[in-house]
Amino acid sequence: MEPELAGFAALGARRLFLLGGIALILTGMFFGDIFAVFTLHQNAAQIGANLAAAAQAALAGNRQAMLASFQNVGAFLENRGTKVDTHVHMIDFGYLALMLAILQPWVAFAESAKRKLAWVFLTGAWLLPVGVYLIHYVGLAHSPMKSIGWASIAADFGGLLVLIVTFVCLLGLWKHFRGSFAGPPDRLLADRSAEGRMLFAGGIALVLLGFFHGVYYAATDLYRHEAQDYSLLAQMSAGAAAGAGAVVDRALAGYSQLQGAKAVNIAAHAHSIEFGLLAIMLAFFQPYVRLRASWKRWWVGVLLLGSLLLPVCVLLEMKFGFVAGGLADFAGLLIILALLAMWIGILRCTGELDASVRPTSGSGASR
Amino acid sequence: MSRSRRLLIVGGIALAVWGMSYGLWYAVFAEHQALDNIGASLAGSFLAAADRNPAGMDASLEQYREAKYVYDRQVDVHGHWIGLAMLLIVLGIGFDRVNFSERFKLFLALGLLLGAVIFPLGVLLQTMNHGPLPRGIAIVGSGFVIAALLASAVGVMAPDTSRADAG
Repeated sequence: MEPELAGFAALGARRLFLLGGIALILTGMFFGDIFAVFTLHQNAAQIGANLAAAAQAALAGNRQAMLASFQNVGAFLENRGTKVDTHVHMIDFGYLALMLAILQPWVAFAESAKRKLAWVFLTGAWLLPVGVYLIHYVGLAHSPMKSIGWASIAADFGGLLVLIVTFVCLLGLWKHFRGSFAGPPDRLLADRSAEGRMLFAGGIALVLLGFFHGVYYAATDLYRHEAQDYSLLAQMSAGAAAGAGAVVDRALAGYSQLQGAKAVNIAAHAHSIEFGLLAIMLAFFQPYVRLRASWKRWWVGVLLLGSLLLPVCVLLEMKFGFVAGGLADFAGLLIILALLAMWIGILRCTGELDASVRPTSGSGASR
Repeated sequence: MSRSRRLLIVGGIALAVWGMSYGLWYAVFAEHQALDNIGASLAGSFLAAADRNPAGMDASLEQYREAKYVYDRQVDVHGHWIGLAMLLIVLGIGFDRVNFSERFKLFLALGLLLGAVIFPLGVLLQTMNHGPLPRGIAIVGSGFVIAALLASAVGVMAPDTSRADAG
């Protein structure tokens, strides 16, 4: 067995957290792509149409129609919100799983206990997003409660499982730092391969890029956008009150543009930082990716290229429309492919270890 | 474990716990009221427009503006505290890849932790005071994070003169 692979037992807690975490991120990203292509834009169009209908109803002095349009806006927002939450929670739980995988050698429990914790974590991490996704469709059907449906109950239970496992892992860390458990040194963190360094430095650069963009947005656009949000809604209401249909239409068009501008700026900022964090975390696991060195470097390059291209293209969507949107989707695909290749590489590594794993006198470390 | 790594990891975990607790408190005790307020004031302004009532419309829109301003910042504070905490923990785990002296790395870790705490705090203070001071605090906090992160990136690129203990 290669020395840098020590600590990566067959079906060990670290492998479960690592493979499960990457699988969660992959599924969350894939779901996000599908959602963006088939639901997001249609949903945004429906919200815009209902807001326009509300403004037109106000223009006509029709209170009932206006309230009905606002209720429709609420329903479309709930549909959109649960889909976004599914996407975000899957990816965030994937990140948490990767972090817990890194920390496993410092979690001072027996390997069998850590393996059970990993399974419970992954159960909760899948249950919550699936439950959240189903909220819109299941509603309150057969629910024993007045305002919370079965899907919400399942989602909350999943969240509770994740919370409990994270807390227990923290207890294990505390036990380690108190010195009652002393596992072998984690050679994974000592790795200085070219791929690891590329990912670590590239990840910090992406995080910095996201920060710079966030600062730029806050300094130049945030307050202007907030003022515009208020002024356009004021124009909409005032136009409706005065019976000026052209003013209402102009304000509606401006409001739709403004929401788009806000969304792409926030998405570019958040995605750049998230992909940066992902790259930094993946840097630690490169010794486990059992692929030829040239292939490993190729996939690291693909991941970093996609991570840079996606937020930049998202930002350019307001200016270049579908071309930039298509490129952003392509960049997302690059990241998914690179992650999948690394996942397969880690799976291959584990397969070899399964055949050659040696029994050791375990303390609390990951072997 | 070096003091800089310990500071980043322990500080990051503490900040994550604080950020999550703050988010939980906000979700349970304030968020629904804030969302109801935003929705009701926006619908109220359109209702007032339908009734041809300009005074009611202005009052509802003003209420919407204030409620939205506070809500956006509360969500940002929660998200930024937890996001920055994750960054501190991950950087802490790999901080021995930053090839500077331990003394300078401790200084960087302190700058990162301080910035991660006071940047969202400045945003939170904006919900209580719309003046320049909270904005200044947020700018200083984000400056600390960016400067320390930039220096860390330089440290990663710097030649590795002494391999630190990774355990």
